[in-house]
Amino acid sequence: MIRHLLSGADLDAATATQILDTAAEMATVAGREVKKLPALRGRTVVNLFYEDSTRTRISFEAAAKRLSADVINFSAKGSSVAKGESLKDTALTLQAMGADAVVVRHPASGAAHRLADWVDGSVVNAGDGTHEHPTQALLDAYTMRARLGRLAGLSVAVVGDVLHSRVARSNVLLLSTLGAKVTLVGPPTLIPRDISPALAPGTAVSYDLDAVLPTSDVVMMLRVQRERMNDSYFPSAREYARRYGLDGPRMRRLPEHAIVMHPGPMNRGMEITPEVADSPRSTIVEQVANGVSVRMAVLYLLLGGNNR
Amino acid sequence: MAYPPAAQSPLARQPSVKVILASADVQRVVDRIAHQILEKTQGAANTVLLGIPTRGAPLARRLAARISTFEDVAVPVGVLDITLYRDDLRRHATRAVGPTQLPTGGIDGRRVILVDDVLFSGRTVRAALDALNDVGRPASVQLAVLVDRGHRELPIRADYVGKNIPTSLAESVKVTLAETDGADEVKLYGGTTTS
Repeated sequence: MIRHLLSGADLDAATATQILDTAAEMATVAGREVKKLPALRGRTVVNLFYEDSTRTRISFEAAAKRLSADVINFSAKGSSVAKGESLKDTALTLQAMGADAVVVRHPASGAAHRLADWVDGSVVNAGDGTHEHPTQALLDAYTMRARLGRLAGLSVAVVGDVLHSRVARSNVLLLSTLGAKVTLVGPPTLIPRDISPALAPGTAVSYDLDAVLPTSDVVMMLRVQRERMNDSYFPSAREYARRYGLDGPRMRRLPEHAIVMHPGPMNRGMEITPEVADSPRSTIVEQVANGVSVRMAVLYLLLGGNNR
Repeated sequence: MAYPPAAQSPLARQPSVKVILASADVQRVVDRIAHQILEKTQGAANTVLLGIPTRGAPLARRLAARISTFEDVAVPVGVLDITLYRDDLRRHATRAVGPTQLPTGGIDGRRVILVDDVLFSGRTVRAALDALNDVGRPASVQLAVLVDRGHRELPIRADYVGKNIPTSLAESVKVTLAETDGADEVKLYGGTTTS
């Protein structure tokens, strides 16, 4: 079993499938009267969040608590980080407090990898800059498998701000491992130019959303990340919405069984219209529920046994 | 002439294997437990059989099938995975979690009979009792095992025992079933012998 989960590329097909299968068992706990398992009793999980987050932090907290782990939430605001403490010093402090796992979100790409060198416990990357967000990719894969019954051979369109999206990067790596065919769709300015065919075999690029829709089983809309854009990547929000936003007429061009995903938070009216977001094809709320099950599976598989 | 010492002879190291129950014996034992369940529970009304994976699950299904043959009552069958409730999780590499399937209607207010292949330390049953506690509130809990090999480490006993096998701690008992291993058999592996 792996010790850290830093990247979608850390998982081979067998390990990823094991996580998804375990998550399916964890999901049954949510339907029980006692939503708690004793597997991680006495273990400490630290949520180290240097960036704002609602669903990921709460999701990890709920996951750790359902497994009976002790949870310490740390957010950069109101901590010694505001006084200038470095990531390394903070990590050593957490280490001294006996953290068995650190769930880290950081605005700098690669922060989770650095942290993994400094602490003895497991590190779970909950988003590092514009780099990766592997548990989001796992919950997306879980949602696709739950809705469509399989992953191998699925056509997945990842639409929008791919360049700044850690969700897209992790999804491309994980989905290609699991045999899905990913097409990245967006304006040329928001598609990275360095997609490695070795890391993500079968990944295609298209600048035309309407051409991709009729053959897609899954459409994953990405949030336009205004906070990471230092440049003008497209002329105006309205033009972006007209060319790459998913609205009702576009949704009806999808195959009957296709689903619409969004990692959240949504810019309603920008990349997705309320009609689509609230339609039965949208899995946005399911993704949040599945997130807890998948993170329980990840924490259990990293911390449940004697893997040192 | 010099002979190698007896302890180093390859013959002396061969573990002894003894078949305790052959295929027909296993079926007879399952039949007897089914009869005992019917007798002790006055017809197995309001009763649920929960198998503990791996081999408790097929055993529970067999017991339910035999009970329905003998008395024409359908006893609900389920599977109770206890992986996440084990007390030795941290002593091993992470264990894969198996499915838990409760019968429709659940276990609340019913008589639950846990079914397992071998009763040994009692720790598996302890974990199963904890797991039961989290999925419902049965009226009562009983335990049926194919083999009781002794050496309990917890105050736990079985209500229905297929076969008592006195063992030493050096020996091991292996149950195989047609559903999981291809054939029904109970074997006793005797560690190493010096004969």
